[in-house]
Amino acid sequence: MKLFRWLGLTALALTVGGAAQAETVKIGVVLPFSGANADLGHQIDKAFDLYIKLHAKDIAPHKVEIVKRDEGPPTGAQAKTVATELITNDKVQILTGFVFSPSAIAMAPVLTQAKTPLIIANAGTAWITNLSPYIARLSFSMWHPAYPMGAFAFDKIGCKTAALAYTDFPPGKDSTDAFKAGFEKAGGKVGLSIPLGSPVQVPDFTPFFQRIKDAKPDCMYVFIPSGAHATGVMKAYGDLGMRAAGVKLIGPMDLIPDNKLQDMGDAAIGTIVMGHYSVDLDNAANKAFLKEWHAAYGKDSYPDFMSAAGWDTMHAIFDTIKKLDGKVSDGAKVIEAMKGWTTNGPRGQVTIDADTRDIIQDQHAMEVVRKADGKLGVKILGTTKAVKDECKAQKIGRCGT
Amino acid sequence: MAGNDISSGPGNAGRAQARHEAAEFLLRRHRFRPAEALPWLIAIAAFFVFPDRMTFGSQVLVMILFAISLDLILGYAGIVTLGHAAFFGVGAYTVGLASARLGWTEPISGLFAAAIMAALAGFISGWFLLRYRGLTLLMLTLATAIMILETGNFRSDITGGYDGMPGLVFQPVLGMFEYDLYGRTNYLYALAVLAVVFFFVRRIVYSPFGQALTGIRENVRRMHAIGSPVHRRLVTVYTIAAAIAGVAGALFTQTNAYVTLTVFDFDTSAKVLVMLILGGTGRLYGAFIGAAVYLILEDHLSKLSPTFWQFGIGILLLVTVLFARRGILGVIEDLGRFRSWKGRIRMVPGRIVWSNVQWKGIGMAAFDGALIGLAVGFAANVGRTNLLWSWFVTEPLSVLAWTAAGAALVAAINIGYLVYAERSATGSTPR
Amino acid sequence: MPQVATIAVSILFDGLAYAMFLFITAVGLSVTMGLMNFVNLAHGAFAMAGGYFVVSLTQSYGVDFISSLIIASVLVGLISIRFERRLYRPLYKAGELDQVLLTIGLAFMAIAAFTFFYGPIPKSVPLPQWLQGNVDLGFRAFPRYRAFLIVLGLFLVAVLWYGFERTNIGARIRAAVDNRRMAESVGINVDLLFTVTFAIGSGLAALGGGLAIQLFGLTPYFAVLYLVLFLIVVAVGGLGSLKGTLMAALLLGIVDTAGKYLIAEAGGFFIYVITVIVLLLKPAGFYGRQ
Repeated sequence: MKLFRWLGLTALALTVGGAAQAETVKIGVVLPFSGANADLGHQIDKAFDLYIKLHAKDIAPHKVEIVKRDEGPPTGAQAKTVATELITNDKVQILTGFVFSPSAIAMAPVLTQAKTPLIIANAGTAWITNLSPYIARLSFSMWHPAYPMGAFAFDKIGCKTAALAYTDFPPGKDSTDAFKAGFEKAGGKVGLSIPLGSPVQVPDFTPFFQRIKDAKPDCMYVFIPSGAHATGVMKAYGDLGMRAAGVKLIGPMDLIPDNKLQDMGDAAIGTIVMGHYSVDLDNAANKAFLKEWHAAYGKDSYPDFMSAAGWDTMHAIFDTIKKLDGKVSDGAKVIEAMKGWTTNGPRGQVTIDADTRDIIQDQHAMEVVRKADGKLGVKILGTTKAVKDECKAQKIGRCGT
Repeated sequence: MAGNDISSGPGNAGRAQARHEAAEFLLRRHRFRPAEALPWLIAIAAFFVFPDRMTFGSQVLVMILFAISLDLILGYAGIVTLGHAAFFGVGAYTVGLASARLGWTEPISGLFAAAIMAALAGFISGWFLLRYRGLTLLMLTLATAIMILETGNFRSDITGGYDGMPGLVFQPVLGMFEYDLYGRTNYLYALAVLAVVFFFVRRIVYSPFGQALTGIRENVRRMHAIGSPVHRRLVTVYTIAAAIAGVAGALFTQTNAYVTLTVFDFDTSAKVLVMLILGGTGRLYGAFIGAAVYLILEDHLSKLSPTFWQFGIGILLLVTVLFARRGILGVIEDLGRFRSWKGRIRMVPGRIVWSNVQWKGIGMAAFDGALIGLAVGFAANVGRTNLLWSWFVTEPLSVLAWTAAGAALVAAINIGYLVYAERSATGSTPR
Repeated sequence: MPQVATIAVSILFDGLAYAMFLFITAVGLSVTMGLMNFVNLAHGAFAMAGGYFVVSLTQSYGVDFISSLIIASVLVGLISIRFERRLYRPLYKAGELDQVLLTIGLAFMAIAAFTFFYGPIPKSVPLPQWLQGNVDLGFRAFPRYRAFLIVLGLFLVAVLWYGFERTNIGARIRAAVDNRRMAESVGINVDLLFTVTFAIGSGLAALGGGLAIQLFGLTPYFAVLYLVLFLIVVAVGGLGSLKGTLMAALLLGIVDTAGKYLIAEAGGFFIYVITVIVLLLKPAGFYGRQ
């Protein structure tokens, strides 16, 4: 009897003392681990793993349990099935990951129904965050880099005319639309607009680029899904000698993902992109991030802009767990807690817009150069602070709903 | 034999007799066997045992339905196609577009609309394409499906392109059953549709029309020779199969409340083909087993290892081909038959004659084993060395050990198999 | 109009280079399917393996690009012999459905295995200086790598043509394609012939895989990503026909390039339209047997 009394007293003391109940937060990670775009999934997954390994103690006494599932091909259906089951069967409290926009779009009604928050770590179609109040995005919208690039290209790079080339799927059109809006507003003229085939197969880029070269624009704005496409673009651009012919290559950061940049060779030098991350960004958080990354994955492995967003995503989730003291079963509270969340991450200062649940972040204009140590890197040409998603600000198309 | 009666029968009496016998034969085959209840019982039991997994469950049912439609043309009429996704996609987009653009959200009438549209597509394409066979037909069907996909992408203002049509809304089934988060309504709805379509297909298969299709599969020339309208029959069954694939596609859209252009992909056609062959073609229930086994295994393996699950699927396909030539259902049938053989197999203790043939076989097995051992050893050691292939150079002893172990193991298995085969197979097995 | 002439020249040049890649990679598949009636969907996996061997040889061991290509093709050719003997041979007489299942299974396993060893990040290879950049002929600049592709392709066409049409083994292969039983009964060792042609076909696929890295990048998914393209070339050209495969590769390569250059909005369409037209008119392809 004495023992029981003692136990009861201890329990009472714990509750009265306000010591937190140790909760286990279940997080469902949905990323493409297999298939043609597996490398994108792995770039983010590595950042997730690294963050969890280093910061698990930050949320003590709470713990996180990660359940990983394959997002599969960008059909929406596969991701929807596994993510729904993560909610119904594995009872996860927070979903994250999602590289492909269709996956997030398909999932949106389920999130609203289940009241489960989804913290997007990549999917970039602008209007996704409008589809459900339970979606927050830590990565970017296509408009983040593309819209400011329009003005920058006209004013600073000296593009009076530009040709557009994009992979023929919605993010591609989204990105080129955004660039066009910014570029024409600044006074530039867009000539050719060329779709580059499907997002799955890397096409032979040469005939497309040859056509643009013949049209002799000042600049060529290219959007492709970061991955094998990026290297293909750079090779074709270099082989055709387009830079010598006076056609500058510009685009969003997808053109020069850091983990493929070293393979691109001299052809990449002089390319100017707009984006939120490069390994060469000069800030303390990025230096620490890089150090940990190299320590964990080797010196030849580089994080890229997706990894940086993945790192911040997990950071935001951990901070929210801390803020809510582990009680994250109410999805509305989780999203509420995330609104206005801000940090100094590898990308610099990022904030979640309380109105749109989308990210606010700096955009850097970056030029590829050969660094002193012989490796390829980027030089920052200019920075636009705290860029919001212009698509939603201007209420363009679906962004307005 | 019925055939003999027809040719030799002198008058109407003989012919009527033959017809009667043929009808009897068909009816006998059409009769339900108790085992046929099994898949349905399992499907219903699954609803109660795994109430939280019905989202996945309804996807399995949709794929089963799709595989059945393929079985109708592949298994019964012998039409090999790599473009069946075209009809799946047409059905999927019919209900999708109807809901998003026309506000037609009633699900069951949507299924009929999808069936009609897909049947139309099947009829038109079948009319042109079914004159061809083999690789030509494969490539033509494949190209047709991809051309539809490209057209859809070209007009992505209507179709939504690769981002698809978000937020599709459908009325509750029969106006009563709301779609729930757990997918339970979806599951029962899909199961009901599957049951209706299945018994329709079963009727077709065991009808004289179905027999004519089997005839075409087995020997086209002969069917031409006896005056069977081959092309017409092929187009008919192709149209029916397309309609069913359209229903499956419509169910796919309705259960997901979403559709993208990837439903037209080569992957969709190839996957359903693999599922069907895996289960066994020309048996109807092969579609059940194939789709269920494939998807459940994929689900399990991709939980275990989201990155490497394809390896397991590959092994499953390999093992099926090498040891179960007629699909999983074929194995089950063989096992059923095995019981009746047992009494007839004589176990004669044989003496193994170690001729050159055996030694050569063991040698080849050892060589393969060495290669396998080398590969496994490499896989086991790849993380430890900095250069990918440097294990081969830096640790020759370890390389040797792995190789020798692999060779010894596989050679031992081979010898064991030889002894076993000599012991048991000396008697005659009725094959 | 000189403008039209320059455009035509560049389409022809780019198309020819693309066609040569298609030819080198697909010719092995055509022979396998024609000679052995075997639907080999793992053909892309051999190409992918060749590509990765080239990556390893050039990046980890510092072997130069050209030697790597040769070593990788020979290596893959030799390895493919084991596959042919052990896995393919028992299925020569089986139906095409079983063959599809086996080879798709192999392709899946290859994808997973190469992801395990090399990871999913796309690989590229360092090219020697003389293959980089372009040659400017005044009116137009021609990428050197593509010129190299064309030269290599034409060289291989010549070698294969000679081997096929003018040597004893070529005659045997042709005999076996036309009538296997007759060939066996006049004493041709068809089994050995199968193995040899399979190895050569896989080796050529590996060469194609190595050459493709520069054009498309290389991921494990290469094993199935371009398979449809190879199958189309084979079907349009006609099974087992060297001449047909060459014609098909040229037609598809040049039409595809022209379509991309002139009407990019419908770029993905052309190759399939051509396929359908050709096959509707000539069901067995250009030079296939009916």
